[in-house]
Amino acid sequence: MDSELRVISRVFIRRLKFVATALVLWPVMAAASPSTSIFSTQSTPAREVNGLAFFVLGITAAIFVAVGALLVYALVKFRARADDVAEPPQVFGSMQIELSWTIIPILIVTVLFLGTARVLFSVQDAPKPASALDVTAVGHQFWWEYHYPQYNITAANELHIPVGQGTTGRVTYLKLTSADVIHSFWIPQLGGKTDMLPNRVNEMWIDPAKPGLYLGQCGQFCGTQHAKMLLRVSVDTPEDFAKWIAGQQKAAVELPASGANSTGDAIDAPTGQRVFEQQACINCHTVSGTVANGRFGPDLTHLMSRATLAAGAMDNTPGNLKGWITNPDDYKTGSLMPAMHLTEKQYAQITAYLQTLK
Amino acid sequence: MSETTIPIPSGAVASERGTYLETIHSWIVTVDHKKLGIMYIVYALLFLVIAGVEALLMRIQLSAPNLHFLSPQTFNRMFTMHGTTMVFLVGMMILFGFGNYLIPLMIGARDMAFPRLNAFSFWLSAFAGMLLYFSFIGGSGLPGTGTAPDVGWFAYAPLTERAFSPGHTIDYWTVAILANGIGSIGTSINILATVFCMRCKGMTLMRLPLLAWIYATMSFLTLVAISPLTAAQAMLMMDRYLGAHFFDTQAGGSAILWAHFFWIFGHPEVYVLVLPAFGFANEIIPVFSRKAIFGYPAMVAASVGIAFISLSVWAHHMFTIGMTSYGNAFFTLSTMLVSVPTGIKIFNWLATLWGGRIRFQTPMLFAIGFLFQFLIAGLTGIMLSISAWDWQLHNTYFVVAHFHYVLVGAIIFMIFSALYYWYPKMTGRMLDERMGKWHFWLMVIGFHMTFDLMHIPGLLGMPRWIYTYGADRGWGTLNMLVSIGGGIQGIAILLFVINMVWSYFKGPHAGPDPWDAWTLEWSTASPPPVYNFAREPVVESRRPLWDLKHPEDPDSAFD
Amino acid sequence: MSSAAIQHGQGEQEWQPSKGVIGMTCLIIAESAIFTIFVVAYLFYIGRDTSGPTPKQVLEVPWFYSVCLLSSSLFIVLAEHAIEHGKMLAFRVWWLVTMALGAIFLYGTAAEWRKLIVEDHLTISTNLFGTTYYALVGLHASHVIAGLLMMLVTAVFALTGALKPAHAKRVKVLALYWHFVDAVWLVVFTVVYWIGR
Repeated sequence: MDSELRVISRVFIRRLKFVATALVLWPVMAAASPSTSIFSTQSTPAREVNGLAFFVLGITAAIFVAVGALLVYALVKFRARADDVAEPPQVFGSMQIELSWTIIPILIVTVLFLGTARVLFSVQDAPKPASALDVTAVGHQFWWEYHYPQYNITAANELHIPVGQGTTGRVTYLKLTSADVIHSFWIPQLGGKTDMLPNRVNEMWIDPAKPGLYLGQCGQFCGTQHAKMLLRVSVDTPEDFAKWIAGQQKAAVELPASGANSTGDAIDAPTGQRVFEQQACINCHTVSGTVANGRFGPDLTHLMSRATLAAGAMDNTPGNLKGWITNPDDYKTGSLMPAMHLTEKQYAQITAYLQTLK
Repeated sequence: MSETTIPIPSGAVASERGTYLETIHSWIVTVDHKKLGIMYIVYALLFLVIAGVEALLMRIQLSAPNLHFLSPQTFNRMFTMHGTTMVFLVGMMILFGFGNYLIPLMIGARDMAFPRLNAFSFWLSAFAGMLLYFSFIGGSGLPGTGTAPDVGWFAYAPLTERAFSPGHTIDYWTVAILANGIGSIGTSINILATVFCMRCKGMTLMRLPLLAWIYATMSFLTLVAISPLTAAQAMLMMDRYLGAHFFDTQAGGSAILWAHFFWIFGHPEVYVLVLPAFGFANEIIPVFSRKAIFGYPAMVAASVGIAFISLSVWAHHMFTIGMTSYGNAFFTLSTMLVSVPTGIKIFNWLATLWGGRIRFQTPMLFAIGFLFQFLIAGLTGIMLSISAWDWQLHNTYFVVAHFHYVLVGAIIFMIFSALYYWYPKMTGRMLDERMGKWHFWLMVIGFHMTFDLMHIPGLLGMPRWIYTYGADRGWGTLNMLVSIGGGIQGIAILLFVINMVWSYFKGPHAGPDPWDAWTLEWSTASPPPVYNFAREPVVESRRPLWDLKHPEDPDSAFD
Repeated sequence: MSSAAIQHGQGEQEWQPSKGVIGMTCLIIAESAIFTIFVVAYLFYIGRDTSGPTPKQVLEVPWFYSVCLLSSSLFIVLAEHAIEHGKMLAFRVWWLVTMALGAIFLYGTAAEWRKLIVEDHLTISTNLFGTTYYALVGLHASHVIAGLLMMLVTAVFALTGALKPAHAKRVKVLALYWHFVDAVWLVVFTVVYWIGR
């Protein structure tokens, strides 16, 4: 804890120096990594909401300035002075004035409501185009599962969708549900959040304008690791998306059977596969084309096609991978993946195997 | 001012000093509304400090990315306990405390309608607080291995079901809220019966002090809002102990049903908490502006209006849960409509200031802070009522900043104002003005540093309830500043605690009417005798003491 | 000021409502809110069961017991009337009749539960119907029990002679509660045995 405090104070001093610049240069700084600002919109639902937001901000700012100015004026003008002798004249009310500040707010509310209703209906009740991509997203404690019913593939944590605007654009329709508790699917740049509830399917749509990486995270408290239930959406060009789909549709690469004959000492993928399939790993994980067909944890068939592990908790490097399967709690305390208590060698073998799942 | 000429009965000051044991005994068995009121307030202030420490621990954890100051589990417990404590043990209890203390004095009564129910309610609520905190020891079932609840203060199902929350942590939370809720219902019944049946002669409903009106409204709202929570908690207990399936999604139960039940309580609850703050403002702003409240009937109507509209807005906490567009539109409109009576209140306070001779003593400073901050809180509230925008803002730090603007910027500020204003009445001593001004300015600086800046990470995509965040998200600097602001507020509150203790022994004597005010509580001694008034007062207008002080221009002439 | 005091002094007992009635009315408002939530849960889960038994299969309409409970409201009015006019003997009779009718109703609920548990194997954890049925009917039955206990205390006072006509107002407050318990049964009856079946 002592070292924590030192880190905090060091960070504090460094940060104070940059406070002013940071406040001014926000948009520039945000551009460094993919933004999660609700104002840097890249999709129609987010853009429509953003337009409404600025409209509302304008009206509320005007109200704030007007009422705030009246308040400051009253405080300065009517402050008690040393030479006051008597009480001020007592005024008990005025019907006309009170009516005026009842009616004007009603008018403002009407305007705001109509503006909201327009966006509400145009986003929520938009007709679904026939060419739309369907994705079913399922929230789990604490990761995301995706099904693409049109392509019969299952992926986890990193969502791939095509660009949604322009001549070759294809809108994505998400069906959202949950396998356990309530989660919420949220990519700020692409649209507002929609909750994922057990026993219920919610829908939302997004049409990203540009290819690239978009970040988000779970928007509803779902348990210990709610904070590390991060979302990554890769928006691909139509060509890249088709390539990705084709890659995901393949079964896992079959490994040479030599592993079955080895003594079990070799740190290689075939041995690793044997260890993997003999342990409880396969109760929760699927590797298509093998005996591993568990559904409780993420599908690992194409694990190496993902940039991160454990729903964005760490980069997908061999070191992290081995550390993660050795003791998940070190990386993500409270995650539901148990430590298997294998030998160091077995972990190395499994890591070698997992790295072949491209 | 002509204080000396006012015939104020100086009630006999009880000076029986027994042993400590006798003193403690007299407080424990008391049914006196004043003693109970003070116990409510002290109990709540104790929990204010505890929940404040929890908040500061969270702020340390969030002050920079990827810190390990608190474990994820501990962080989750902290925000659950912070929220639950602040709403049920601080907010409700301190406001009931003021209600208990002030209402009989303001309406010229000698006690509440049901003094024993009053004591029962207090002790039940107090027991609930201890039960909640006992979960730190007994939560997992074995003494010494326990944990506090970690599911957030609105405890969405099915996370609270046995399958996802084994152990007894949720049970402590449920039973504590249930007990606290029954205590609140008891007190509300008592306040309503007191306001309607215990008024002194001449105190017609249209002469009631606005504070009494507002407490009656708030108590009605408590009856219809806390009861659904009580029912929902009973259902959750049946789920956890009897194997029922109300919120058990694995057996066809519904997660949304809990959300509806909770927010049918939860949103009116906000108004239960904020209405008494309005009530304090209605008493304090006129006295320090030296003018009668502007538009008394409109203020009454607005309070009642807010209470009724607030019963139909709950689902604005659920815009992302997948309601139809028509459902979203309805709750957008109903939520926005709350701003109309609320606006009437703000403008009426403004009109009360207008043309007055404003004295800037500490109670008034906090009341002015309240006015400014409540204005901003109302405007961010309008932003959140825009359901489409709420899809983005929901469950982010923008929401956290908004409701802390209401709860701290409006309610806590007004509670401080009320404490400075009525502390002399309760103890007979004035609070120190110099420390009070320091308290105010530190609080203002800390508050704005924390909660103004806290809106921004929300807009930049930072959700609530996360124990840490990555450095690449760009939320670090802001969170550091927010945390520093939290520390400043902590210092301010520490100063206030020192002021309260110091002034209790060393503060100047207040006399019966230190602020030259107009309601009945200032006509009796400070602190008032057990029987409140030597003779039962008779009133002829809304400001009986104004009539006495200004026989040449009494309010009763216009009544 | 003194003249005003005299004016207000006249009829000082009557110008404000009785705190007992206001207190009980408030309690009834709070209780109504609790019942509303349980009724909403019942209505929400009608027909959403994933397994049986269903209400149609196992519930029989308790006509007799419902008539008993609802008619007890009439007898308690007679009792109130009697005590107001100082007829203590009549009060005792009507009071005991009211209690007997309440007890019969309670027996009806107990018999129904016994049948459901023993013969139909429906418990609170069987399905959503069991969950909502036992919760709602049980909540009402617990209110009947509370009412009967309070009436029992009153009956003891009445039979020992401690209860005087002067206490008519307090008896009225208790009667108000009993009317509420009866009125809630109308709602529960409609929801459980009519809409739900």
